[in-house]
Amino acid sequence: MRSRSSGALRRLASIRLMMHRHAFLLLGAAAFVLMLLTKANVGFIEQSRVAVVDAFVPVLDLLSRPATLVAEGTRHIRELVALRAENARLKAENQRLLHWETIASRLRDENQVLLQQLNVVPDPDPAYITARVVGDMGSAYVHSMVVNAGARDGVRKGQAVLSGETLIGHVAEVGDRSARLQLLTDPNSRLPVMIEGSRTRAILAGDGRERPRLGYIAGNPNIQVGDRVVTSASGAAFPPGLPIGVVASIAEGGPWVEPDVHRHELEYVAIVDYGLGGILPFADKPQAPVRRRPAAAGVGPAGTGAVPGGGDN
Amino acid sequence: MDLWLRHIMPFGMTLGLLLLTCLPVHIPGLSGVMPMLPLMSVYYWALFRPDLLPVGTAFAIGLTNDILVGMPLGVNALVLASVQRLATTQRRFFLARSFLASWLAFALLAAGAVGLGWLLMEMMAEHPVGLLQMALAYLATLGLFPAATQMMARAQMAFLKDV
Repeated sequence: MRSRSSGALRRLASIRLMMHRHAFLLLGAAAFVLMLLTKANVGFIEQSRVAVVDAFVPVLDLLSRPATLVAEGTRHIRELVALRAENARLKAENQRLLHWETIASRLRDENQVLLQQLNVVPDPDPAYITARVVGDMGSAYVHSMVVNAGARDGVRKGQAVLSGETLIGHVAEVGDRSARLQLLTDPNSRLPVMIEGSRTRAILAGDGRERPRLGYIAGNPNIQVGDRVVTSASGAAFPPGLPIGVVASIAEGGPWVEPDVHRHELEYVAIVDYGLGGILPFADKPQAPVRRRPAAAGVGPAGTGAVPGGGDN
Repeated sequence: MDLWLRHIMPFGMTLGLLLLTCLPVHIPGLSGVMPMLPLMSVYYWALFRPDLLPVGTAFAIGLTNDILVGMPLGVNALVLASVQRLATTQRRFFLARSFLASWLAFALLAAGAVGLGWLLMEMMAEHPVGLLQMALAYLATLGLFPAATQMMARAQMAFLKDV
């Protein structure tokens, strides 16, 4: 590719090169301005950001469907390979669980009696929205996901995101028809937690790796591998007791927590409104939206009889 | 119309590769170490058809990347614009004689891009990130370079041979 340039062409090329140089300088300056604006948390940056994500969500939604199919295929193959080992493991687990089932049913009855005797006010049933994961943003700096539900579906900033019973993160940004989740493994994620057995409080901090670590451990840190980590009520962000994972190692750098649910397993997530502040400063606490009752609520009488003079018409 | 469509192919391809890296892949361990496909695409087109992927376009693609991934705006934009600029101005260096040499040249450039991104993020964020993840993503990008270059060369021959 040898260019046959005359003098005029060369001059033109040099002018273009000059323009290019200036374009690059301008763009560099623009990039730094944008970074500063992001750092300053200017409102319109976030608004334009969610607008762009909103625009891309239909495309991502469409593209992610075949990706899911492929993933399912590979999962089937992996399952087939591990069939024998899995079967043996399940048999052993089943035996253990049968034993636990008898204990659990006895405890449930006992618990019900005790609750009645103590007149315990039951926790309200949370409202939830189920959304599909359409984007998994793989990067060392950010662990986020985009789901195909947004403000029009009732998603609010700061709400808890669960997979099954397990907490996986919170809603960080909300567009009209999309929302961005910040996962617990994100380098910016900080969450008050406790060790289920000993009630030791700590802060679960992500650092971009698969396993977040426990920091700021309060009191007597007697943490062992296998301890279960659940949310604590500190900060009134989420209700206490939501499972997160187990302590996997106490090597250097502090106890590392293996999440119960891994990022690649997430296909549908539940965005749950507990009516609490969520993981937000109190100043930003959103107005509680109209609660949407889940279809399969019905865990006991939800305190209807205890309201004195409740207007029933 | 046909010419116009052919001419936006490099841009469309880069954007498509960007969206591809944003899809949930459901493969254990892959999320977080996705190869930097847009980087390769910007590099390739900056070398072979800089007229169709100018520095402004590279900037726009980087900005879209920042927005979709949820990173501070401007980081990937500056990285991709720099890659485009470096590739177009130092064309002679990157168009090496053997494939191995051009692979090495790309490895240098990608290392510079990763380093620049890391530097910008360190300036922005207060929390350090796992260097291992970044190294893995970098190696994945290098590993995919021959295949990706092949694909883009095919696309160039098919769509842009004489336009």
